[in-house]
Amino acid sequence: MDTVTEKLQTQFPEAIVAIYEFRGDTTVTVKPEQLVAVCQFLRDDPETSFKYLSAVSGVDYYPASPRFAAVYHLYSHQYKKRFALKAFCANDEVPVLPSVVPVWSTADWHEREAYDLVGIKFSGHPDLRRILTPPECEGYYPLRKDYPQEGY
Amino acid sequence: MNSAELAPSTETMLLNLGPQHPSTHGVLRVWLELDGEVIVNADPDIGYLHRGIEKMCENRTYHQCLPLTDRLDYLAGTANNFGFVLAVEKLLGVEVPKRAQYIRVLLAELTRISSHLFWLGTHGHDLGAMTPLFFAFREREELMDLFEMVWGGRLFPCYLRIGGLAADLPEGFVEKAWDFVKKFPERIKDYHNLLTKNRIWIARTKDVGVLTKEEALDWGWSGPMARGSGVDWDIRRDTPYSSYQDFDFKIPLGTNGDTYDRYLVRMEEMVQSNLICRQVLEKMPSGDINVNDPTVILPPKEKVYNTIEGLINHFLLIEKGITPPKGEIYQAIEAPKGELGFYIISDGSPHPFRVKVRGPSFVNLSPTKVLAKGRLLSDLIALIGTMDIVLADVDR
Repeated sequence: MDTVTEKLQTQFPEAIVAIYEFRGDTTVTVKPEQLVAVCQFLRDDPETSFKYLSAVSGVDYYPASPRFAAVYHLYSHQYKKRFALKAFCANDEVPVLPSVVPVWSTADWHEREAYDLVGIKFSGHPDLRRILTPPECEGYYPLRKDYPQEGY
Repeated sequence: MNSAELAPSTETMLLNLGPQHPSTHGVLRVWLELDGEVIVNADPDIGYLHRGIEKMCENRTYHQCLPLTDRLDYLAGTANNFGFVLAVEKLLGVEVPKRAQYIRVLLAELTRISSHLFWLGTHGHDLGAMTPLFFAFREREELMDLFEMVWGGRLFPCYLRIGGLAADLPEGFVEKAWDFVKKFPERIKDYHNLLTKNRIWIARTKDVGVLTKEEALDWGWSGPMARGSGVDWDIRRDTPYSSYQDFDFKIPLGTNGDTYDRYLVRMEEMVQSNLICRQVLEKMPSGDINVNDPTVILPPKEKVYNTIEGLINHFLLIEKGITPPKGEIYQAIEAPKGELGFYIISDGSPHPFRVKVRGPSFVNLSPTKVLAKGRLLSDLIALIGTMDIVLADVDR
């Protein structure tokens, strides 16, 4: 197990839901309530130093439940290391996650994109609007699995 | 002095820049609130070129996704293919032979030069310098001829394959590539002569669009944008892929984090890319170009026609496609414009469950409102130029 995961386990023992390793990538699933605290810790702790958020991916795991998740791809320039955090939305009908814009400014557009395409609402986001599709598309989230792939 | 303090206070005016405007590099619309010529608020409105590539991937086999990635950053098609095939290969757990890795690096670096030449020409043109466009496109045209030899087209390569390449390099390519590599350093001097000490150029680019090192990381800048601010980070050097560790190259860094520094960084990057091309051509190993795995790569035609195993392999790959194991991976490469990442979730079927494209242009564009605030309208044009955005990569 890598050092970041160990560090998280000692620091946030009750926040970790699952640890997943595949082909050298580590993904740690955390509880949404603890997400911002975990992100803040990973950014500021000198032994992890994840100053950089590469991307936020919204995922729809339909038909599984919990259905919606956001994956945060982090990078540490100091340790040349990648790491992924995942948080599942508690509610399948109205998926909500806390915004990490206070931690990384770049999350602004990434979260807007996840909201636009997957429909995850980020509470605390300063300006949560659709970004790629037109504003009148209210209620349509193209990257959801129940949105038809062609011929709509 | 801040230009906002100089301007008289009047009622603000709303102005649309784009989506149809030559300096927005495609279909970018910037919603501007202006106080005279000073920008009070700039809000980029993107999505005019959203084609739903991520959604389309979910309905296709991995091989069928490959031509879609050509259309992300269309000025650097091979870089997009490169990122995608590396991601799928990581998912599959295969590594292509050394020769294929070297050829990929060669084409990726030539693509970087071609992409930077396009940036140089258009950026100069946006700021009123006509000649760099003609000079840069002169060399770009030679690169396009080289590319045409390899994949038969100019913009959309689709030459890399999951597990290797579509074909080996054509006859005569190496000689022509050597010609280009040898004469290119001389050509770069031409561009420097035109711009580097040009007073108008310096006045338009110095202290425009400044982000400090910390701010650049906070806003997710990568590639030449981050290096212009002094972030010593290059994915090719720090987390090498495809044999980049075999080559020596320097990472140019800026100090002020302004448009002029990013100009110098990109100019030096072209020199370094050319150096990598030279090393690849010198060290090019011989051997296979495809992995020896019938579940990944199509069998050669003589096997398909003459053996039953070859025929079955061919049909399985064409009809069903490759089936990576269940899992999720993130793979990033150093594309000409910054970090290009692919996050792929596989559910074990021949179709990806989810493909997320982390396009560098999308992220590089995001701090526009911070950078443009309080600046003159004409600085915004310099900003859009220095971000080197391709709207197909922003909107996907």
